[in-house]
Amino acid sequence: MPTMNQTLEEVLNLTAKQFNVPRAELKPEDDIFKKLGINSFQALELLTRLEQHFNIELPDYEFQGVTDFKTLAERIQSRL
Amino acid sequence: MKNWQGRTLGWELRDGVVELTLHREPCNEIGTETLAELEKFVAALGAARSEAHAVIIYSSLKQGFSAGADLRELYSGMQGLPAGERAKGVRSFLERIHKVMNALDASPLPTIAAVHGVCFGGGFELALACDLIIADKLARFCFPELRLGLVPGFGGIPRLKRDLGNGIVRDLLLTGRSLNAARAHSVGLVSQLTAEGEALKVARATAAQMGKFDRETTAAAKRFAKPIPHDELRREIDLFCELFTRPAVEAGLKKFVESKEALPYLP
Repeated sequence: MPTMNQTLEEVLNLTAKQFNVPRAELKPEDDIFKKLGINSFQALELLTRLEQHFNIELPDYEFQGVTDFKTLAERIQSRL
Repeated sequence: MKNWQGRTLGWELRDGVVELTLHREPCNEIGTETLAELEKFVAALGAARSEAHAVIIYSSLKQGFSAGADLRELYSGMQGLPAGERAKGVRSFLERIHKVMNALDASPLPTIAAVHGVCFGGGFELALACDLIIADKLARFCFPELRLGLVPGFGGIPRLKRDLGNGIVRDLLLTGRSLNAARAHSVGLVSQLTAEGEALKVARATAAQMGKFDRETTAAAKRFAKPIPHDELRREIDLFCELFTRPAVEAGLKKFVESKEALPYLP
């Protein structure tokens, strides 16, 4: 099982790739939605890609409560 | 069947397959205009049997298949109306959309929903009226209605119960969470899973395969394998109308309509 730091790194890498943002610009404490300026459709696509990548299911209501990448990684980690 | 282009959708006959394209921005929300054009479509479909062997429904919009009912129209339409009038208006809409869904469900032609992206609420119900759902890997399926104090109203619960085990029906309904396409495939909701952007291509190949069979036999097999749950569908309309006039529904719709959050479909 990956460590929390590994999961966080994978979340940041995947997000940077999906939204074509330089990886160095993304910080664990960044507000995901404000930082990326994404709409609900893009947020759902990110959710799906994360589920595919980690081979998990992350219910929307857990994703909705997340504001930053670190918390998102924690939610994912709890389902690995 | 003549090709036709409307404001929210259009159709064409292509290689013996009727292709219905949804194209109302932002994500094929189903309101009165879409309903009127869907009615036109099912009326035309009745005459297509001699020329076509299958139907495909898909969206030409990037965001997905359909985000469901037009909640903004629903909310604005209920403003200033007493409860009785609200219920009357929504019942009339539901009676009409159920006729469309039932006609599609009962069509002697095999029907395929080629799904990508968002397939929520009323859009999900439209897909469920089809015989097969072919979805790309990024598709998501959801019934968010309980979050608005409602139940799905376009035939969703009876058709979902017809197709899936009750455990997954309750999961979808009572949590309002969305399922990714892989999970939807694993529970039997999606018949074929495709690569990103390939759902329509796979649906066309599947429709071509269906065209090899005798049409009367296909129609008979469909009638036998896919009974329409008319009694439950009627009860669903009654339940929806009963719930619709409660204050919680207006509050839920208001919150959705006025939300500026990134995930406004989650009231």
